[in-house]
Amino acid sequence: MSENNSAEKIDKAKMNITDEVAIRISDMNKWFGTFHVLRDINLEVKRGERIVVCGPSGSGKSTLIRCINRLEEHQKGSIVVDGTELTTDLKNIDKIRSEVGMVFQHFNLFPHLTTLENCTLAPIWVRETPEKEAKEIAMEMLEKVKIPEQANKYPGQLSGGQQQRVAIARSLCMKPRIMLFDEVTSALDPEMIKEVLDTMIQLAEEGMTMICVTHEMGFARQVADRVIFMDEGQIVEQNEPESFFNNPQSERTKLFLSQILGH
Amino acid sequence: MKNYAYVREKSIPPSPPPLIEVGVIGWIRQNLFSSWFNSFLTLFSLYFIFICLIDFIPWAWGGHWNAKSLRECMDLDPNVACFSVLAARWEQLLFGLYPADQYWRPTLTFVFLILSIIPILFPKFFRYFWFSVIYPGLAIWLLWGGSIWSIAIIYIGVLLGVASFTVLSKGVIRSTSVNLTLSVVITLLFFLFLSSTLTGFLSYLIPISLPFVESLRMGGFTLSLIVGISGIVASFPIGILLALGRQSNLPIIKMICVGFIEFIRGVPLITLLFVASVLLNYFLPPGTNFDIVLRVVIMVTLFSAAYMAEVIRGGLAGLPLGQHEASASLGLTYWQSQRLIIMPQALKISIPGIVNTFIGLFKDTTLVSIISLRDPVGLASTIRADTKWNGIYWELYIAIGLMFFIVCFGMSQYSQYLERKLQTDK
Repeated sequence: MSENNSAEKIDKAKMNITDEVAIRISDMNKWFGTFHVLRDINLEVKRGERIVVCGPSGSGKSTLIRCINRLEEHQKGSIVVDGTELTTDLKNIDKIRSEVGMVFQHFNLFPHLTTLENCTLAPIWVRETPEKEAKEIAMEMLEKVKIPEQANKYPGQLSGGQQQRVAIARSLCMKPRIMLFDEVTSALDPEMIKEVLDTMIQLAEEGMTMICVTHEMGFARQVADRVIFMDEGQIVEQNEPESFFNNPQSERTKLFLSQILGH
Repeated sequence: MKNYAYVREKSIPPSPPPLIEVGVIGWIRQNLFSSWFNSFLTLFSLYFIFICLIDFIPWAWGGHWNAKSLRECMDLDPNVACFSVLAARWEQLLFGLYPADQYWRPTLTFVFLILSIIPILFPKFFRYFWFSVIYPGLAIWLLWGGSIWSIAIIYIGVLLGVASFTVLSKGVIRSTSVNLTLSVVITLLFFLFLSSTLTGFLSYLIPISLPFVESLRMGGFTLSLIVGISGIVASFPIGILLALGRQSNLPIIKMICVGFIEFIRGVPLITLLFVASVLLNYFLPPGTNFDIVLRVVIMVTLFSAAYMAEVIRGGLAGLPLGQHEASASLGLTYWQSQRLIIMPQALKISIPGIVNTFIGLFKDTTLVSIISLRDPVGLASTIRADTKWNGIYWELYIAIGLMFFIVCFGMSQYSQYLERKLQTDK
């Protein structure tokens, strides 16, 4: 765990939580076959809020954020993103997906395209941005994640940390209003975790609405406005980071925290 | 301090690897005679190659080219090849029964063929792609003849469809599917009511035409190329669609694709060719004359499309699920993600299998000799039926084999070049 991050100070000037609701999930349920993965999830995310979701593996935390951009389909309840409800209507799904950026554990960059092409593809085809403008945006974003010099390399030629930062840049090129991070540092070497977390902190400082599934508790303490603990498909506990880590209420949370912070 | 405690104080600079024997001698010693067993294998293989070639080379090298018949060859020297049959009949092997005064037409078609595939094979010539687009029509007109306008009208109709789609898209209706349907309807109406009148009018106005050559006169290597290349060009997109259909979530589409693939793969190509040559006429309304070459092309296409679909499905299965998720999460639609993300990678993985199918298809075109079309293999029998060349086998089949080998080896080399070029992880 990168506890060292919590020592650094981050700039909270732009990190305002507004009253506007970015995501509203009500009584949401999901099954994989007969397996009940998500049970009665209720969650309201305000614009500008940064949420960290943690929990043991198999607790449904990844499935939860994958439901938000419809990579998984929920069977009961409702999910409203930016005022658009997720239904089987493909138009709504495409609209939400282009507003919500997602970064994956295994980067999922397109290996047949260069870094720059990875970043310009969606703006050109989904947003119909002119190619020149899309390239400018892409270079701007690659600069933000501090790897503009890798623009013409292929993903296979980059390190894991660099690939993950390209993946973040690729999402940012769509100018998303919400970003979802699904265990983005779990597949990385310890030396590379920090460079990815720094990029995420930078995003947080700019006021991005973020939901991060992560086990980086240092990051959670430093950046999160709210920490959610999930187990067996349910939200077991949620609180602001200080109280969550220093004074957990549920026995399950205490056990989990002692296991991941105990060594 | 423990006795294993250690701190490095000076870093070791990198140095070149130790010298090994270089040059020809070094290479031979390392690769051919590294142990007594390898030496034995090397010598044995050399001996094997020697006995294979010792008889063949003088036979082929000293072959006769000018004799008038097999008998004359035998009288000159019975122990060498009689390539005179090729000298006498090469035109037939290349062009079949095509009218001799019109040989320039298939020749020109072949030259254009090479020009038209260059933009497809090498991206730096892609600006000449327009020629690859007009080539099929041009080739059909050159080979079969008739008025140029009966072919050009097809292009005019398609252009009309594309143009109406572009105009409609810029207009008030924003829905792509509505525009697409409308432009398809416009195109169909054009072909139903306007095209024949327009063809007649244009033929009268600007009469450009070539003497008509019927399909049964097509033959030789020309026929192999016609069937092979049409089959390759048509089976590729159909194969892609079948592979996608097989993975579709829509049960009916999936069922049709699976049924088609399994049926075609379960039936010998010869059966399909017999159906094409004999049975198909029973099912068509009497009086319709459905061209025999077209029938064969359709059957060969369907046959290799089924194989192609399975090869491409293998490539699709080799892609991580994350690629689909990443393109979906960026908001790409199904077709966009197939075209830009999934297919480029799946096809790249499947290149060896795709080329394998192409090569197989090209060689399978020799089966049309069974339904009395005169491809080179069929012509070999025709040539032997001539009393002058009765009994000649080796020389003919070597020549036919060589023609096929050049084309198939070319495809194989290109695929290896393509694989190297598309490598992005090094």
